[in-house]
Amino acid sequence: MAALYEGYTLCGLAPAQNQSNSGVLGVEAERDSDHVVVTDSTRSVTLYKVSDQKPLSSWTVKQGQTLTCSAVYNPQTKEYVAVSDGKVIRIWKQEHLLLDQAFKATVSADVWRVHCVAGGEPVVLFKRGAVRLLDALLSAPQQPIEEVLAQEESIRWSTNIVTESQQFAIFTTEQKGDHFLYLQRLNPNTLQRYRLEREEPGLSPLSFSASYRDKHIRLLYLYPNGHVYQSVVSERGLVTDEGGQAFPLPRSLLLSLPVGEGLLEAASAQALDEAHIAVVGVPHPSAGSGKDFLCIWNTNFQTLQAGKEIAGKIYGQLWSFWNKLFIPHGKTLSVIPYECPKSSLASALGKMRQVKTEGELEQICSTATTFDTAPVEEVQREVDLLLSRTDIQDLQPSLGQLASTLVSRTLQDPAFYTPSSLAQLVHTRCLCHSVCPDLVLLALERKDYFLCQLCLQFFPDIPEAITCACLKAFISLEPDGVSFMETLIARERGPDGLLNGFSPTSAAEYRSDGLGGGGTRAQQDEEMTSPPPEQICPVGLHKAVLLNEVLQTAYSDSFLLPHLKDLSSQQVVLFLQYLQFLYLKYSQDAFPQTHGLRSPSLSQILDWVCVLLDAHFTVLVMTPEAKGLLVNLHSFVKSQVRLVSELGKIEGSLQELNKMTAKKDVGQYSIEIIELF
Amino acid sequence: MGEFKVHRVRFFDYMPAAIRAMAFNRRTERLALARADGALEIFNFADNYFQEKVIPGQDGRAVEALCWVGRRLFSAGLNGEITEYDLENLRPRYTVEAYGGPIWTISAVAYSLSGCVPCQVGCEDGTVKMFEVLEDRIQFQRNLDRQKGRIISLCWHPSASLIAAGMMDMIRIFDVETGRATHRLLVERGVGASKSKEVVVWSIAFLSDHTIISGDSAGKVQIWDGLTGTLARTHLVTKWDVLALSVSQDESSLVAGTSEGTVVQFQFLSSTLDGQNKDWVRTRTFKNHSHDVRALVHTETAVVSGGMDTQLVVRPLLDKVEKNTQESAMRKMAFPHRSLVCCAKKAGLLLFQFPDHLELWRLGESDGHGNPGDSLPVKRKPEKLIQLKRKGEDHICCSALSPCGGWLAYSTVTSFRLYRLQNNTISITKVSKLPKDLRSAHQLCFSTDSSRLFASSINSSVVVVALNQPECKYLHTLKPKSGSREPVHLLFASEDGKWLATANTACEVQVYNLDKIKLHCTVPVYGSCPTAIAIHPTSSNLVVVHADQQIFEYSLVQKEYTEWSRRLQKQGLHSLWLERDTPITHVTFNPKHPAHIILHDMFMFCVIDQSLPLPEAKTRLFNQMILRSLPEPMRILHRHAFKMCKTFQNLMCVRLLEDHSLVVVERPLLDIMSQLPAPVRQKRFAT
Repeated sequence: MAALYEGYTLCGLAPAQNQSNSGVLGVEAERDSDHVVVTDSTRSVTLYKVSDQKPLSSWTVKQGQTLTCSAVYNPQTKEYVAVSDGKVIRIWKQEHLLLDQAFKATVSADVWRVHCVAGGEPVVLFKRGAVRLLDALLSAPQQPIEEVLAQEESIRWSTNIVTESQQFAIFTTEQKGDHFLYLQRLNPNTLQRYRLEREEPGLSPLSFSASYRDKHIRLLYLYPNGHVYQSVVSERGLVTDEGGQAFPLPRSLLLSLPVGEGLLEAASAQALDEAHIAVVGVPHPSAGSGKDFLCIWNTNFQTLQAGKEIAGKIYGQLWSFWNKLFIPHGKTLSVIPYECPKSSLASALGKMRQVKTEGELEQICSTATTFDTAPVEEVQREVDLLLSRTDIQDLQPSLGQLASTLVSRTLQDPAFYTPSSLAQLVHTRCLCHSVCPDLVLLALERKDYFLCQLCLQFFPDIPEAITCACLKAFISLEPDGVSFMETLIARERGPDGLLNGFSPTSAAEYRSDGLGGGGTRAQQDEEMTSPPPEQICPVGLHKAVLLNEVLQTAYSDSFLLPHLKDLSSQQVVLFLQYLQFLYLKYSQDAFPQTHGLRSPSLSQILDWVCVLLDAHFTVLVMTPEAKGLLVNLHSFVKSQVRLVSELGKIEGSLQELNKMTAKKDVGQYSIEIIELF
Repeated sequence: MGEFKVHRVRFFDYMPAAIRAMAFNRRTERLALARADGALEIFNFADNYFQEKVIPGQDGRAVEALCWVGRRLFSAGLNGEITEYDLENLRPRYTVEAYGGPIWTISAVAYSLSGCVPCQVGCEDGTVKMFEVLEDRIQFQRNLDRQKGRIISLCWHPSASLIAAGMMDMIRIFDVETGRATHRLLVERGVGASKSKEVVVWSIAFLSDHTIISGDSAGKVQIWDGLTGTLARTHLVTKWDVLALSVSQDESSLVAGTSEGTVVQFQFLSSTLDGQNKDWVRTRTFKNHSHDVRALVHTETAVVSGGMDTQLVVRPLLDKVEKNTQESAMRKMAFPHRSLVCCAKKAGLLLFQFPDHLELWRLGESDGHGNPGDSLPVKRKPEKLIQLKRKGEDHICCSALSPCGGWLAYSTVTSFRLYRLQNNTISITKVSKLPKDLRSAHQLCFSTDSSRLFASSINSSVVVVALNQPECKYLHTLKPKSGSREPVHLLFASEDGKWLATANTACEVQVYNLDKIKLHCTVPVYGSCPTAIAIHPTSSNLVVVHADQQIFEYSLVQKEYTEWSRRLQKQGLHSLWLERDTPITHVTFNPKHPAHIILHDMFMFCVIDQSLPLPEAKTRLFNQMILRSLPEPMRILHRHAFKMCKTFQNLMCVRLLEDHSLVVVERPLLDIMSQLPAPVRQKRFAT
């Protein structure tokens, strides 16, 4: 379990008059885990020893000048770098007492930030998006600086990441409500531009945080609606022409934080390690709607690991260095130590598994990216590849994500449809209705009845409304609809032969209405010498199979009833005829089992008859075509009731017989024979 | 192996009396138990809980309390008398009138330095009377201050200077020196309707730290501080009465028995880890009784309880014993460990012994044969020939019927009676002139030819009487050489009339040669008490079964253990055999199969075939069902010597008649339960 420890105050703050900003420009790491450099938003830079809560040195710019970016420490040269008034870069060492006596250089464009992390060189990011290494810049301070960003585009956030082989400057921008991610590689310089997916209109990310792990850069961002997304970009990335169009940036929803009333205003999320994020300014799920909390969440299990109430206004600023969180709140800057051990379930399952799951996620994410753009064949290939894995069950959540990506693309793009991929995904039994709620309706819309059937068979949680929609569609299926389906089936039938009882023999045997063609009907008439009229199946085999599937879904009477009322009286009569046919068959012999069909049980049939009569009784009474059906049903039920009561009597007598033999009364005296062996 | 025709008899209406009081002697590990009819029983807890001795009851003797003083046993009762018992001759030694009305309780100091042990009783008239226990009697010493209201319970403080007395609505503490009451602790009455009823302090315990614990009729167990006389804690354990209390010797655990049949345990535990601030905490509840728990003993390892439902229950405390051992198993003792049924095997008669009468029954008859498992049609029903009421106040202690069915004898602690029976005409004649030496007997036995009567008498001796028409004549008295004074509880006369074997509660087994009228041999003494003995009719081997379930066979000719016995001891008995918790109460032989020994306990009867291999540790002991399912040739491979039959349960008696049919007398416990008075009403779910 991650834990937050007792915090302490590092220093007091002088927040702005309107309290909108904390007065802290930035907190940066210094030489070791116990030193930080705090830059306030006015004129001073202070070096603190954290454990002593004590300032060691402080530097101030002259009155009239302001610091425009937080000071950073370059551990290689043991120098501090800061920028004042946008264009003046200042570099000094700890022994310099006065900032004015230190090195100064004026550059030709406004600087956004200077970044420096251990192992990398200091990087200067200009407001218009240009990036320079500090050394290169200082060699010719007045060198021209190009404009990278568009006219109305401006930087919102930036950072600097050093990997084994590369140094990156990463920044996000906003342009007319669109957000972009820039990935600037240094030496050799390349730039990639990604477009962030839009959240609800008007919502901009509140905070970003980037981390590098397993050759991927992970960007974590929090929206005011509490959604925390993660986007993963490969370190290598695609080599593209500069200034080209922006790629869509795939994202995955890591967490959906509770936001309480309204949207989040000042909040920040920071990745702590691969499984934990720290969030400030978000309500504690069990403490009402107050947003003054610092929480650690586990993203793997979506669990809250630790929470702490933070006194005073929260500015949505949060830094973390060396297992310490730095939070400005109210009029103080607090240090809160934390700990994130490997979560217990994960460690119980073994580290390997967790590492592997990370790998899976990447693959899924890249697959999902493919799904957004790739043609049908490629999607099919990707799905095949994915499903050929042996550990498919472990990927359940990701498969759901894939399926919903596919469904959403299909919904958007009328030309795109991958029936076999979807069928394959459904067949893994890893999906359910709640994971991709649009799938069944999509299948109905595209008249993919085979997929509908699979969904009905494998989804345990189809709502009654959808079940009824399927039923309606199946009953009113026109012959050409069925033939469409048949061709579909013929195409899709895999090497394992039949799916769901569509065997050619049974198809020939029970086709009795016009759908299958007159020939088979004649054939059947020949086979059955004198079939009673009610024994002719009122629907074709394929339709029957689909209806059987509906009969076997789980439902609740009270939810089903209102939707059943949507059926027309013709549909009801046909369905009732079919149910009656099934019931008669059942009460005569073991017919359904003989053909390997997935067949509904007797009680399921009776339940449907009841609920159907319930929903449409008045309509049926008024419908002349239904009269014969109802009369038949009544007489049959009557005879069945009589039969059951007779059976009851027999059972009673037999039970008495049983009692008589079982009861062995030992009286006061008996003479018995026993045998010992 | 063979078929048996079994007379399954269920008309013996044996009804044990309720348990009233118990006292445990920690030094000798003997439990004394008093029943409602005045009978006393001594159980040896060190010897598999064997019921060693029974002192029959007496009309009007209602024992309310028992107490051990050293090896001496005292009782007090509602008849106002204190009785000391003679545990060697199994009779009251003397009785002292306390002159205080009914006595409710008796208590003796556990340890005394002076040698003169004070013992006191609490009386109906509100006095606590102190008696001095002298060597051969007790002597009234003095009264403590007389109180209003009866004294129900008493307990000495271990220092012997204070006594706590439970009364109506209160507890008093007396200073023994001055005889004055020093404290009066008021006990709260029950709530509701019982508010108007006096609360009875049924039981009381006085611990060495001056804590007083009381159990009362309002269902409370209360902990008092005896120094200040203040109530420390109240535990409401039942809606009915708390009737009995018992504290473990180290005073760390306490049990309370209630009218609901539950026993509640309290332990002196600390709520914190450092062991400070100990408190009496209610820990466990045992429900082993259907009726009032009247008597309780907390031994070192177990809770022993008894009450209205007549069963003695030993419930081991699982924190004190090793788990899954024989010691950790619960025991319920429902039947006496001796036979109350006598069978005339030649005449097919059964004699049932009750405390106040004898019943003589003739077994029924059937003709024809049947297959195993069948019930044969009963041609002639069994009939009760005679119901013989005893004379005098004393209850019957033993009885016997001669094998021919012509003689019937019974004895009480004060008198002996012999009757001549004519079965054809159903007439009974008392033999009037009896020898003087035949005044009372612990055990009776007729010789096979019905010409001799053997009666065990004082000091382990056996009186031999010749039975002739119309009188009987004293022949001689057989005495063991050991000079033991313990009573003989088992007698067996051999078929050929040559041997008489006796066993006494000192575990001695003697064999007398009746031809030479002298002691033939003494079987090496084994550490456990014999529970059944028999001499083989042809080989003259003596079979002895002990309370610890061991079986020995001793050759009277060679005066040594037989080869089979040695083999049995070498290999050891099967663990399931040793784990049985009721003793073998009878051993007999099958004349048709000389190698067969038939014996039974309460839950099974067993035929031991000495010609078959003994069961090994891994062999299934109860294998009859398996053998039945196997084809004949396969059975031989799976057979072993112990053929155990559990078809019949709650056995009082299994005998082999001369026509080779078995008589099995069952007394289902359910039948006993159904004759008990209704238990206290308890709210059950959905009633």
